[in-house]
Amino acid sequence: MTTLLIFIIVLFVAVAMWQMVKIFDLAQVGASNNQVATDKDNKFNGYMMIAFLIFIYAITIASFVYLGDLPLTSNSASEHGPGLDSLMIISMVVIFIVQTITQFLLHYFAYKYKGEKGRKALFYADNNMLEAIWTVIPVIVLAGLIIYGLFTWNDIMNVDESDDPMVVELYAQQFNWKARYGGSDNVLGKANVRLIDLDKANILGVDEDDPNAQDDVIVTELHLPKGRPVLFKMRSQDVLHSAYMPHFRAQMNCVPGMVTQFAFTPTVTTAEMRQNPDIQEKVENINALRLERKAEIDEAGQDLLYQFDYLLLCNKICGKSHYNMQMKIVVETQEEFDAWMKEQKTFENSLLD
Amino acid sequence: MSVTAETHGHDDHDVHHHKETFVTKYIFSQDHKMIAKQYLITGVIIMGIIGIMMSLMIRMQIAWPEQPNVIFEALLGKWAPGGVMDADIYLALVTIHGTIMVFFVLTAGLSGTFSNLLIPLQIGARDMASGFLNMISYWLFFVSCVIMILSFFVEAGPAAAGWTIYPPLSALPMAQGGSGMGMTLWLVSMAIFIASSLLGSLNYVVTVINLRTKGMSMTRLPLTIWAFFVTAIIGVVSFPVLLSAALLLIMDRSFGTSFFLSDIFIQGEVLHYQGGSPVLFEHLFWFLGHPEVYIVLLPALGITSEIIATNSRKPIFGYRAMVASILAIAFLSTIVWGHHMFISGMNPFLGSVFTFTTLLIAIPSAVKAFNYITTLWKGNLQLNPAMLFSIGLVSTFITGGLTGIILGDSALDINVHDTYFVVAHFHLVMGISALYGVFAGIYHWFPKMFGRMMNKNLGYLHFWITAICAYGVFFPMHFIGMAGLPRRYYTNSNFPLFDDTTNAQGVITIFALIAGVAQLVFLYNFVVSIFYGKKTEQNPWKSNTLEWTAPVEHMHGNWPGAIPHVYRWPYDYSKPGHDEDFVPQNVPMKDGEEELQH
Repeated sequence: MTTLLIFIIVLFVAVAMWQMVKIFDLAQVGASNNQVATDKDNKFNGYMMIAFLIFIYAITIASFVYLGDLPLTSNSASEHGPGLDSLMIISMVVIFIVQTITQFLLHYFAYKYKGEKGRKALFYADNNMLEAIWTVIPVIVLAGLIIYGLFTWNDIMNVDESDDPMVVELYAQQFNWKARYGGSDNVLGKANVRLIDLDKANILGVDEDDPNAQDDVIVTELHLPKGRPVLFKMRSQDVLHSAYMPHFRAQMNCVPGMVTQFAFTPTVTTAEMRQNPDIQEKVENINALRLERKAEIDEAGQDLLYQFDYLLLCNKICGKSHYNMQMKIVVETQEEFDAWMKEQKTFENSLLD
Repeated sequence: MSVTAETHGHDDHDVHHHKETFVTKYIFSQDHKMIAKQYLITGVIIMGIIGIMMSLMIRMQIAWPEQPNVIFEALLGKWAPGGVMDADIYLALVTIHGTIMVFFVLTAGLSGTFSNLLIPLQIGARDMASGFLNMISYWLFFVSCVIMILSFFVEAGPAAAGWTIYPPLSALPMAQGGSGMGMTLWLVSMAIFIASSLLGSLNYVVTVINLRTKGMSMTRLPLTIWAFFVTAIIGVVSFPVLLSAALLLIMDRSFGTSFFLSDIFIQGEVLHYQGGSPVLFEHLFWFLGHPEVYIVLLPALGITSEIIATNSRKPIFGYRAMVASILAIAFLSTIVWGHHMFISGMNPFLGSVFTFTTLLIAIPSAVKAFNYITTLWKGNLQLNPAMLFSIGLVSTFITGGLTGIILGDSALDINVHDTYFVVAHFHLVMGISALYGVFAGIYHWFPKMFGRMMNKNLGYLHFWITAICAYGVFFPMHFIGMAGLPRRYYTNSNFPLFDDTTNAQGVITIFALIAGVAQLVFLYNFVVSIFYGKKTEQNPWKSNTLEWTAPVEHMHGNWPGAIPHVYRWPYDYSKPGHDEDFVPQNVPMKDGEEELQH
């Protein structure tokens, strides 16, 4: 039905344009028109430039009003998140200042100096001083952003092993995720896809003879204790995937044939995040929208009402069901985590004979 | 270095009077003007229509996922059973849309049309250095177009691994339907395309270096030619690397080598590949892929420089700085590719280096933007359609370029990498900007190509609808990306996290559809004007460059008599001491007139 409506709208727009074209053409009859802009054209388009400038500002404001809560540039759930968010906000402020000024100058000049017959433009070909100014200012601003950015980047990417991070393997395959914990020794057993043995349910190719592997724990829902650094080791068994955890400002590709890594410290439990007023507002908003689409959602077999959860998304095109490759992440207190961990089977016990 | 065009000496024009048949004139033509038109029709118009139609289908699927759509049913056939688009074909559309727009429309279409048309005409040469290579280049391009389109008709569908075709997804037919025959055709098509592009680029470089007319020193070249020249050099430097990547990928796919593959377990079996790395492919791909952005953008910027100066009736501000920034951008473009790979698993220190070089590129870009704006200042702006598109280009170039500051920053890239933020960024800064460059070029040089004028009112209508819709599509898209929505998702309604972006997606799609319809205005104007447009004067825009000294009627060798000599730079607009507000390059200096030391 929507499709039909859209189709009709597009059709109407097309007809409207066709009619406008005819009007334009008719308006030209008789005028000695060689298709070069006249003063009248310059005037019309000059005013349009100002209208367009207003449109650019309007769509900027509208985007901020309707989409500006930017859930993923505020309320981060990891230790490095707030630093990254302020870098983002500073960059955005710089961008919006430059954008507002330059778009104004561009369109205002296009309006102000619209051509008139008989007027001569100023022959003004060069000014080294001016050019030096607008070379140096970007240099200074960019130098600031680069330095700030690189410090942030190094903070995030340098893993401090002395913090005793919990080691977790993220294992990607078309089209799902698995997580493997190092177990009580916090050391992951060796693994390679060549050791995969589906008959024994050794789906990750963990080395069955490696003593470190025996207490490994493999799960399909990622649990993390709040406040403890986590060092993720990423693997993929088939194609490129990317482990994207937007709430934690974390992402790293999973590359077959190599192990990549990323580390962060979760700071907000799932339960706490659900109490966050911003998140609650977002959830209410989404649920209102979902109630409108009730029939459709029921048909798709999804839960009607949304409850906030952290997600791990695949963010590198990986095949047909790329859009459908997520894993739930639960951040909880250390006690809750320990209790959950106790219930999980170790690798040793999960193998079939 | 000789600045005289000796290859076709001044008196040899009678050799051009050999008989022309239909085939040598319109099909296997070696004349640069005809080849330019062939590129225009094939590369820009036909491939452009296909590419844009794909983008509209993608947009409709994103906004109204998994709903029956008569358009899908009609165009996609078996891939849209009952009008519901299949997930595989969605990825194929994304892939081929990207490939067609980036390579076929904005590389071959843009450079092929305007470099071919303008290089000989603006430097004062009778033709390209090698007309034969030029012809071969076009026909190789034509073959690659045909193969790319044919890939839609193979059993398992066309390539669907994204236009970046990262292995292993692109290497393993069992990973994805499109990685079978479809990917083979993609690779073959691209290999031929690269050969075509190299022949074209070499020709441009050689022509600019050797065939300039007397007096046309490098510092008197129009900025269009500088841009085309430098673009061709970047192409020659970087395209071969993509060819090698494609060849190695073909080896991995067909001959069992392991350049890019290692330790793979798929569909219940371990593959034999050992020791390769997909990251190597990413390096090779982006070593072309990033310069490619500038291969697309620089010619568009060159075209606008020329059009903005002409229509402002003012010299381009800071000619030397403009040339320097083209060169700086060209150089830097070859050392920034790693910013596409911050989170690919490469060493984080490399990420720091690439952040540094990437943000450096903002400096020459900023200089260009400010120089454009200053050129408008105190001008006498003739707001022709070409001028509107040029101003539009500066606008989208700024908007799109600024968000590059976020993406080029490795730390910020972690969270917006591969989201709609990236999609919005590159569509504005290279997609829309370069398309505006193409449109500006077509409106401006249409009289040169077809001897007739395009209708300006239709041009205005086309521009304003397109300009509004372009921002309507891509401005909100940044915000969707900031919400973390990954790109290349067949549907976003599969889980509720992004449900609150649904309405915005609908609005974006409606803007996109209107923009699509607006292109029909252009198409109508273009086709009708070729046959019924008003006959043009020799120099309708009162421009200084040499192409307007050639007669309206096309002829082999471009000028009936001797090639004009050049006495001044191309931007003597509104120069004090002259009655007219333009002084063509072939007008000798008056007594006591000083050439600007730019």
